[in-house]
Amino acid sequence: MAIEVRIPTILRTYTGGEKTVEAKGDTLGALIDDLDARHDGIKGRLIGDDGKLNRFVNIYLNDEDVRFLGGLETALSDGDSVTILPAVAGG
Amino acid sequence: MARYDSLLDALGNTPLVGLPNLSPSADVRLWAKLEDRNPTGSIKDRPAFYMVEQAEKEGRLTPGCTVLEPTSGNTGISLAMVCKLKGYRLICVMPENTSIERRQLLEMYGVEIISSPAAGGSNEAVAVAKRLAEEQPDWVMLYQYGNPANAQAHYETTGPEILADLPTITHFVGGLGTSGTLMGVGRYLKEHAPGCRIVAAEPRYGDLVYGLRNVDEGFVPELYDASVLDTRYSVESGDALRRTRELVEKEGIFAGISTGAILHAAIGQAERAVRDGVRADVAFTVCDGGWKYLSTGAYSGTLEQATERLEGQLWA
Repeated sequence: MAIEVRIPTILRTYTGGEKTVEAKGDTLGALIDDLDARHDGIKGRLIGDDGKLNRFVNIYLNDEDVRFLGGLETALSDGDSVTILPAVAGG
Repeated sequence: MARYDSLLDALGNTPLVGLPNLSPSADVRLWAKLEDRNPTGSIKDRPAFYMVEQAEKEGRLTPGCTVLEPTSGNTGISLAMVCKLKGYRLICVMPENTSIERRQLLEMYGVEIISSPAAGGSNEAVAVAKRLAEEQPDWVMLYQYGNPANAQAHYETTGPEILADLPTITHFVGGLGTSGTLMGVGRYLKEHAPGCRIVAAEPRYGDLVYGLRNVDEGFVPELYDASVLDTRYSVESGDALRRTRELVEKEGIFAGISTGAILHAAIGQAERAVRDGVRADVAFTVCDGGWKYLSTGAYSGTLEQATERLEGQLWA
């Protein structure tokens, strides 16, 4: 089950400069583990020591913030799109 | 009664208009709160006025004071008007990749502009303003991202206005920048219209805007409280532009680009209600008119061309 993951500029050092990579997983947590296996160290930037999503990282499943879905437990299906972005100010 | 003693008194009480052509059915309707009908043409007039009044009440702002604020535009323009009428000097820290119209409007009001680098977007403007505030302790930073008066303005005005006009409201969709609108309207509606869903739409920019040096330079406004929201969407500039154009094409409303992002999320909620077979009254904010974005090319050429031109711009 391949999921397209969009990587922000700031984390492309882990993906050899790639903007979009593929990874596998039935849940977001599993996807991040798979991502880390392919791009060593990226998980440490997304998830804190407490096992939760980094406060300054937002992850969207098909444009919806995963914190309002199931967090790392959010179920994924084939063809989904995951977007990782740093939190920025507006206004 | 449409007579007011001064421009400041004409704040708020904006119209809520139905969108008969974009609403999916007679049972699932979209309603636009026309915040471009405020004194300087944006929703930010409300928090700007409240933040200044509150600072005056607390004695932080006294005649002759200098006000400092990080802003990508609309808050600066609103503060410029309020400060001009109340006699304060205003300095705005603004990212250099904001539209020329916003800069010209601020200059017209006599605001001093300090530019912050395009890379890093508003995060960088906030950082620069915080540094300046430390160096110049006599300057008063109202700080829209953490000032409770920002959300309070919407709790006391925008929220009650929407509920009075639309007692059957089921969804409110607002733009997420400082969090002020969503926190204020959201809290009010949660208390007074139980079950109403509060939905955030945030702009997704091109890579440049996210050009931070590391993840921990990210920024979450102090006002942001996720428990007020039911969900949150990130809207790409292409989707925002498409909806901005639909709004003018189908309903005649000429709005700014952030409104397109909000409409995109609002239509998503409406379509979900249709699929679930339930009635819905979805209200959303038209944050400002399109005037300030004409130079970005958002309204001319094909959607693809316009989206490309918007790359690297701060459009909300």
